[in-house]
Amino acid sequence: MGDDLFRLTVHEAAHLLARREVSSRELTAAVLDRLQGVEGQLNAFVTLTPELALEQARQADERLARGEDVTPLTGIPAAIKDVICTLGVRTTCGSRMLENFVPPYDATVIVRLKRAGLVMVGKTNMDEFAMGSSGENSYFGPTRNPWDRERVPGGSSSGSAAAVAADACLYALGSDTGGSIRQPAALCGIVGLKPTYGRVSRYGLVAFASSLDQIGPMTKDVTDAALVLQAIAGHDPNDSTSAPVEVPDYAAGLMPDVKGLRIGVPREYMGEGVEEGVRQAVTDAIERLAEMGAEVDWEASLPSTPYALACYYIIAPSEASANLARYDGVKYGYSYTEGASMWENMERTRQFGFGAEVKRRIMLGTYALSAGYYDAYYLKAQKVRTLIRREFESAFQRYDVLVTPVSPTPAFRLGEKLEDPLQMYLSDVFTIPVNIAGLPAISVPCGFSQGLPVGLQVIGRPFDEATVLRVAYAYEQAAGWRHRRPPL
Amino acid sequence: MPIDRDEVLHIARLARVGLSEEDVHRFQEQLSQILDYFQVLQELDTSEVPPTSHVLPLQNVMRDDEPGASLPSQEVLANAPQREGDFFKVRAVFEE
Repeated sequence: MGDDLFRLTVHEAAHLLARREVSSRELTAAVLDRLQGVEGQLNAFVTLTPELALEQARQADERLARGEDVTPLTGIPAAIKDVICTLGVRTTCGSRMLENFVPPYDATVIVRLKRAGLVMVGKTNMDEFAMGSSGENSYFGPTRNPWDRERVPGGSSSGSAAAVAADACLYALGSDTGGSIRQPAALCGIVGLKPTYGRVSRYGLVAFASSLDQIGPMTKDVTDAALVLQAIAGHDPNDSTSAPVEVPDYAAGLMPDVKGLRIGVPREYMGEGVEEGVRQAVTDAIERLAEMGAEVDWEASLPSTPYALACYYIIAPSEASANLARYDGVKYGYSYTEGASMWENMERTRQFGFGAEVKRRIMLGTYALSAGYYDAYYLKAQKVRTLIRREFESAFQRYDVLVTPVSPTPAFRLGEKLEDPLQMYLSDVFTIPVNIAGLPAISVPCGFSQGLPVGLQVIGRPFDEATVLRVAYAYEQAAGWRHRRPPL
Repeated sequence: MPIDRDEVLHIARLARVGLSEEDVHRFQEQLSQILDYFQVLQELDTSEVPPTSHVLPLQNVMRDDEPGASLPSQEVLANAPQREGDFFKVRAVFEE
């Protein structure tokens, strides 16, 4: 089995490590080999850290030998989205602006994973500053979809999704502001979980839109998502928006049982614009859940859904325009120094340091917040945010979870939407409302359309990741899609 | 709602983003299109709806003001594009 170690899930590998049938060093070497073999075709990584990984594997093996402090993640090779600060390892955010930025501290999620026994194989490629839905907005070139290299892997956690799908790591971390974990997970045929806003600390996550951003797991199956969430969730005094809410035992809650569970299917998510193969796969998956004993209501409704996209593309760029004001070429990052004045240097730094989409969003946000337009755009969007939130709240009085497609289409072709920002924005139309309302949601594979993976989205009540995971787990166990692999 | 060239330049200045002539052209067109799309929100009556800036019921999260360790200044300064001694070096803010 030695050659195929890289194909293991986290929980499978953890069993072998705990029984000392395999060492973390062997597992890590197998994953690094695999990574070297596929990276040329995918461009999933910005920075590789093989030496660090082997050293961390050595430490994990010592820990496993002592049998002390062993967790399900001890010695398991992982990839980290390059938006998460890693002490001493450059963190680029997919941008020229941070091409040479080496963080002097670890994000809280990294501190926690290190405590659990992290083995980090590298930092993954992404849309610049997490702005994009295809991975094509990276300064370091686009990532390709392992299922079809002419297609995008989705974004913005493009490299994390491709790396997990291609077995170039056993799990990855992503971040999700409007769908950036779930949409690439769906397009690459893996599991991606966006936790409730406040569930996971954002300390050390390079900020895009602070009221929407969350870090979450990207994994080969639902059990692994539960294990990784367990390791990173919980209150952090370094993030004042992290919630002091107890974290349950997620793995213990995974039961293949949905009997009597009330599932709502909001009809606004199954209408026009959903590609036929996606609709079919999602419909089949929901019927499967009904056969397993869930009570499905196909006529649920969230009437403000058509307004969510506009609401998001006002709020997120507004917050981004403020957050990205810090990139001035003075303290760190790319710096233009040839200008005639301080102001010229600052403007040129931002002109050459940021790519087109980042500048577009800074401009949009600045406009929406500027004198004379604030009420018509930003304040209006915040009020619509209240309407969207309230509709979810009232839906969750009748249903335990809502299920929808993750993305209206399977993976599109590289270049297809690059020159049409509005079309690109539309690929997040079903994931964005979840961020606006701050809810937990998962993408779990539910079949194929045109030979490309399709994802089912399960949305839950605030801080009820446990139910979201249980529904996804029950479906996954019944459906068995995990056994189909990309041709790599 | 088309925006004109002067508006694009005004926003760019507020955001301190330098733009090439081509950028100005492209952004004028694309931003107009996107702002036009935003008009859909005007269909909703929100006169009685309070705004949401944040989904959690958290307010004024306070902690005790206890001194702790700071990041070592040499490590922080290691990322500085230009430095002089233990300072970040910048161009003069006030012009002569």
